[in-house]
Amino acid sequence: MKTFPIGGIHPSDNKQWSRAKAIEVLDLPDVVTIPLAQHIGAPAAVKVAKGDKVLTGQLIGESSGFMSANIHSPISGTVTAVDMAVNGQGLRQMMVTIKREGDEWVDTIDRTDTLLRECTLGPKEIIAKIKEAGVVGMGGATFPTHVKLSIPDGCKADILIINGVECEPYLTSDYRTMLERGEQMLVGVEILMKAVGVERAVVGVENNKPDAIAHLRELVAKGGYKGIEIMPLKVRYPQGGEKQLIAAVTGRQVPPPPALPIHVGAVVCNASTTVAVYEAVQKNKPLIERVVTITGKQIKDTHNFLTRMGTPVETLIERAGGLPEGDVKVLNGGPMMGRAMVNLASPVTKGCSGVTVISGDEATRGEASACIKCAKCVAACPMGLEPYLISKISRKKLWDAAEQHNVTDCIECGCCSFSCPANIPLLDYIRLGKQTVMGIIRARAAKK
Amino acid sequence: MANKFFISPSPHVHGDDSTRGIMADVILALVPALVVSTWVLGFNVLLITAVSVVSCVLFEYLIQKYMLRGRTTVGDLSAVVTGVLLAFNLPASIPWWIVVIGAFVAIGIGKMTFGGLGKNPFNPALTGRIFLLIAYPVQMTSFAVVPAHGSVDAFSGATMLTQIKESGMGIMDNVDFMQMLGGVMNGSMGEIGALALILGGIYLLWRKVITWHIPVAVLGTMAVFAAFAGMGHGSLVYELPLFHLLAGGALLGAIFMATDYSTSPMTHRGMLIYGVGIGALTMIIRLWGSYPEGMSFAIFIMNATVPLINKYCRPVRFGVKTKK
Repeated sequence: MKTFPIGGIHPSDNKQWSRAKAIEVLDLPDVVTIPLAQHIGAPAAVKVAKGDKVLTGQLIGESSGFMSANIHSPISGTVTAVDMAVNGQGLRQMMVTIKREGDEWVDTIDRTDTLLRECTLGPKEIIAKIKEAGVVGMGGATFPTHVKLSIPDGCKADILIINGVECEPYLTSDYRTMLERGEQMLVGVEILMKAVGVERAVVGVENNKPDAIAHLRELVAKGGYKGIEIMPLKVRYPQGGEKQLIAAVTGRQVPPPPALPIHVGAVVCNASTTVAVYEAVQKNKPLIERVVTITGKQIKDTHNFLTRMGTPVETLIERAGGLPEGDVKVLNGGPMMGRAMVNLASPVTKGCSGVTVISGDEATRGEASACIKCAKCVAACPMGLEPYLISKISRKKLWDAAEQHNVTDCIECGCCSFSCPANIPLLDYIRLGKQTVMGIIRARAAKK
Repeated sequence: MANKFFISPSPHVHGDDSTRGIMADVILALVPALVVSTWVLGFNVLLITAVSVVSCVLFEYLIQKYMLRGRTTVGDLSAVVTGVLLAFNLPASIPWWIVVIGAFVAIGIGKMTFGGLGKNPFNPALTGRIFLLIAYPVQMTSFAVVPAHGSVDAFSGATMLTQIKESGMGIMDNVDFMQMLGGVMNGSMGEIGALALILGGIYLLWRKVITWHIPVAVLGTMAVFAAFAGMGHGSLVYELPLFHLLAGGALLGAIFMATDYSTSPMTHRGMLIYGVGIGALTMIIRLWGSYPEGMSFAIFIMNATVPLINKYCRPVRFGVKTKK
């Protein structure tokens, strides 16, 4: 069975808490706050003002540049504020607040469940529809999908890879989506294949989800989907990392930055995003809802909720039985790459695949001690870096040396910190080094 | 509801490894050899080991508390490992006060002067042993006669390696490999139980405390050298490699001393080079040097090359090897 070539770890997957929970539609929130930046790149330009009436699916923020994405209203009602508000990480950003009145949809959106297989659109039209619907990578990176699908001149894709790996512990939203919305996903794959002009697509799924693999294979066979292969992968974190997944599936390694996956002929798209692509192209439905896993060892009633964007995270937590007593850390995402939240009133956004509640002793970090040079971080790094060294260099602010040691290659997967027996927060310092060095590189480029 | 909220950058979970846990695993892996040694060489083995461990821990504690006036970290058990390994490198008949001096050199000079755990360039236990070998050569090389067990005859005071050094390959006719495997031979306390040491090594590999690279490189290189030396002497081409792997400190060194984290390279490629270096130097000393045993010196010398090896044996950067 295939996997990526170097490094990696095996954290407990903890998916047992929520994997058996079928997707359940969460009650519509009474008030939503919608950040205008739910993607990498420029925030959307706001199209509504206080007092405006909006419909579900109506455009409220327009893509404001090459790297940007549209934002739509997830409910119908009245705009009560367009103002700065605090997000989950405690940072202030521009958000649109809407008070709900009923649930009236924009009438061009097809809300039926009928599967529409036929797609007569050409690549350009498909990408335009995806852009219109504001689809971004839903695995967490929130890279605008239409940008990813627009192949740069001189490059050619020969394989589409669908990321159904979900290697992040705890999370089960992609898994449930593949099980319950597999048909929609496969039609989405066909659409994406057409958009990027490839004959072959591979859906990579880790082997800890055998039922999803079997289900998708059955659907492929029954539906006669051509050129689509469901590929089981050996369980290993961070297989869902774009570069790791491409290497696992094709054996090709994306060269160091600034090279992109397309330079080895691959386009990667997350499983849930592929369903969003289907809905955008076939149903005219913008990205206004998503599956969010609410889970944790001490969460009483874990769920996989189909949630409208803008729903406060605390609503999900309440529906799951509330927070456990004592020490907690609430994460937007999973435990390896998720972000700790300071504001539970902040909204679910396009990149939020789950809310993980870490409790008890796990909520705090162990005390760091001296590096014993065990080399476990070197063996664990999937990018072939020397975490112990670049961490130390970054801590000492030796930015030139950090650049020489390829700190910008780091994908921030956390394998190094996870495996350090001395509990050293290696990635904290590496992140600092990476951000600083990237700033230096940008400044250097600007000068030229 | 009384909640205390925590925030931090990712990752938010940690693996099961801890420094203390790793050290505990190493100690556990050394127990079988300690048992064999006590059975063969007598109760004194336990006494010497205890003196060594207690002195190492005490010196580390005193230095950290009263000289450095900082945090004491004896709880990480690394001084215990050094103590056991130092004892394992000494003959069972050694006077206890020499052990205390060895512990002081190991911890005080070998470890703490460089900044403590993880920063020492040379293996602390070996630093202690080599100091004692030079300072107290008589006490360090007089091995008590092994008492007879069952049908096994008592051994003379010389180790197998001393015998082969002094008497030549002629002694090979009388070597009983089964006895060597079981530990019924003379030598330092911890090096005699070949099977027990291998058992400990398997445990460390299983627990992922060490990887196979260093032990295999060291022992493999030694076997190749010994096979060359045995060539043209009939069956010695097979027997000499086996002899050299079982005699002296080969297994103890390859499995427990050379794999010391802070004094060995950080990449697998580096570990292989380092292991080959140790194996080669050991055999050069054993076959052509004036000392019967070369493992300690070989590891010590290769310790010095580790920063250089780390500089040139970088891990392979992802994306550089492109397969098409």
